[in-house]
Amino acid sequence: MKRGFPILAIVTAVLLSFALYEALIGAPTERSMGDVQRIFYYHVPSAWTAFLLFFVNFGASIAYLVKRRPAADIVALTSAEVGVVFLTVNLVTGPIWARPVWGIWWTWDWRLTSTLVMWLIYVSYLLLRRFSSGGQAPLLAAALGVLGALCVPFVYFSIWFFRTQHPSPVIGGGGSLDPRMAHVLLINWAAFLCLAWLVCWTRYQLEVAKRQVEEAQSLESLLEGSR
Amino acid sequence: MPISDAPPIIIADGVIKQFGRFAALRGVNAEFAPGRLYVVLGDNGAGKTTLLRTIAGLAQPTRGTISVLGAKEIKTVCSQIGYMAHPSLLYDEMTGLENLRYFAGLYGIHNDAANFTCREAIISVKLDPDLNRPVGQYSQGMRQRMSLARALLNDPTLLLLDEPFSNVDFHSAQEMATLLGQMRDQGKTLLVVTHQPRLLESAADEFVWIDSGKIVDRTSKLRAGTQ
Amino acid sequence: MSFLAVVRATLAKDLRLEWRSKDAINAMLFFSLLVVVIFSFAFEPTAEESRKIAGGLVWVAFLFAAIVVLNQTWARELRNHVLDAYRMSPASANSLFLAKAFGNFIFVIVLEALMTPLFIAFYRLGAIGPAWELLPIATLGTWALVVNGTFFAAISLRTRSREVMLPLLLFPISVPALLGMVNATTAVLTGEESARFWITLLVAYDVVFTIACLLLFETILEAE
Repeated sequence: MKRGFPILAIVTAVLLSFALYEALIGAPTERSMGDVQRIFYYHVPSAWTAFLLFFVNFGASIAYLVKRRPAADIVALTSAEVGVVFLTVNLVTGPIWARPVWGIWWTWDWRLTSTLVMWLIYVSYLLLRRFSSGGQAPLLAAALGVLGALCVPFVYFSIWFFRTQHPSPVIGGGGSLDPRMAHVLLINWAAFLCLAWLVCWTRYQLEVAKRQVEEAQSLESLLEGSR
Repeated sequence: MPISDAPPIIIADGVIKQFGRFAALRGVNAEFAPGRLYVVLGDNGAGKTTLLRTIAGLAQPTRGTISVLGAKEIKTVCSQIGYMAHPSLLYDEMTGLENLRYFAGLYGIHNDAANFTCREAIISVKLDPDLNRPVGQYSQGMRQRMSLARALLNDPTLLLLDEPFSNVDFHSAQEMATLLGQMRDQGKTLLVVTHQPRLLESAADEFVWIDSGKIVDRTSKLRAGTQ
Repeated sequence: MSFLAVVRATLAKDLRLEWRSKDAINAMLFFSLLVVVIFSFAFEPTAEESRKIAGGLVWVAFLFAAIVVLNQTWARELRNHVLDAYRMSPASANSLFLAKAFGNFIFVIVLEALMTPLFIAFYRLGAIGPAWELLPIATLGTWALVVNGTFFAAISLRTRSREVMLPLLLFPISVPALLGMVNATTAVLTGEESARFWITLLVAYDVVFTIACLLLFETILEAE
């Protein structure tokens, strides 16, 4: 791996540690929810990171459809996988936060519901890749990536409208944010972005290596046949 | 037979076709001249079908280029190509004439012109255009002949036939072989993949031998001892 | 003009073939009846309650019927590799797509038309709001399911577990449309609110996804 990788790794480690400290100790304790609220510093940035990654997936899918470059396909695959992971973090921290504070495991509030649907869309994307026979996974997945991304605004908008018509308990609360909390939030987001970048980079290299092995194997079988 | 000075109708340059690890074509370099009947021979799995499909534009080469009728984008010249394979490419539930009228429509031939063209095509393969039986109930020989009629609908310059005689009764096969020779005499180019080259022994201009994804020999006569 | 001619010819062929082999139609009709009956066993609401939940029930039932129809969109083409013949012809991929989508639309609408009176009878349904709005809702909602469904049916031709892949891909992406259909229907039945937002949403959804599917279909068809 290039030299940048170890630097990124160190930066990520430092940032994550600092962000962890800030989240658990540095940030002020929330008035009504107490320390449980600190999970907010994981719940929110993981969603933002996932969104960014899905946006990258959208771009990479379009790039693949236009140019058919394998690199675009690998970026699409990587961003979808890591995005789903971060979104899962968001979906799991939601109930963990909700239960002690609001007494419920789940509520069909706007954000949680939309996130769940997003998660379903991108998991179906990953399943399509897994289930494609022949070498067609990149092309089919790229098409689905585009459709899925086009769906996202509809998902959020439709569920938001539904919820304004039929209000239900909201996890995460609205309202303004104490500037110190906002500060910690952004630090955590920065840390998550570095982590996402690190993981994506690793996954990308892994996929590239895997494809090189496959290439080599096909080349071998290609040359073998020349008796 | 006059030797044609016209440019080759098919040019294959270093064509490699891989399906994952399996290489069906391992570097095909060939030129096919217009107005000739080529018989393509080889063992099962040698790559004959893949070669034909690549020429037809149904499969894209993994590496190398192929140009047909002067075009690299085979879709642009597809109206001059006729393709026939072992699956009949017909709807079992419709009669022969209904099938052909539908496919004629895909080539922009409608109404009376379609009626005429389809009937002519069916008659040319010695079948009854008014036969009111769905193709699914045909004998194999009849189905192959109807499939050939479909390939002839657009009066193609280039005919690609994959195993036209397989499972066909001897009489039907001979009729088809005679027809193929007549079409070559009319100036069409034919590539016929078959395990029964004797049927075309007198009509063929050249025999092309494929083994393990490569063209290994091109002869003007069948080798002694070939079935 | 040739584009429309191909769409028309393909649609006519499909309708004719469906009519001839009535097996598929009969099976689908009976399936629709079964779905309605089973839902009725599961839920025994009063007329008041049923107006509130019928929107959801009816559309879930329609969704099941749609999946059955969509799963066999390409069945006949697969059998003898007819798609190869289509790809070899100069006919555009989109004319094939539209013909298949229209065909599916017609079949699903027919099933809906048959299931609706049954639902009305079993659930004692009556609309308090403007009942005529149910027609555009049904049309837009069904088209939303069918346009994506036909597209995903083509994608799942190239996957394993074809029959599972279709709903697996269709359901998540259809959520906004489903919300639209269900809430619009409920709004009309209960008369408590206007369905206008949801109808607009459905229109926007249909436009966006029809265009997207048309732009992408040729790529999918040509994938080996």
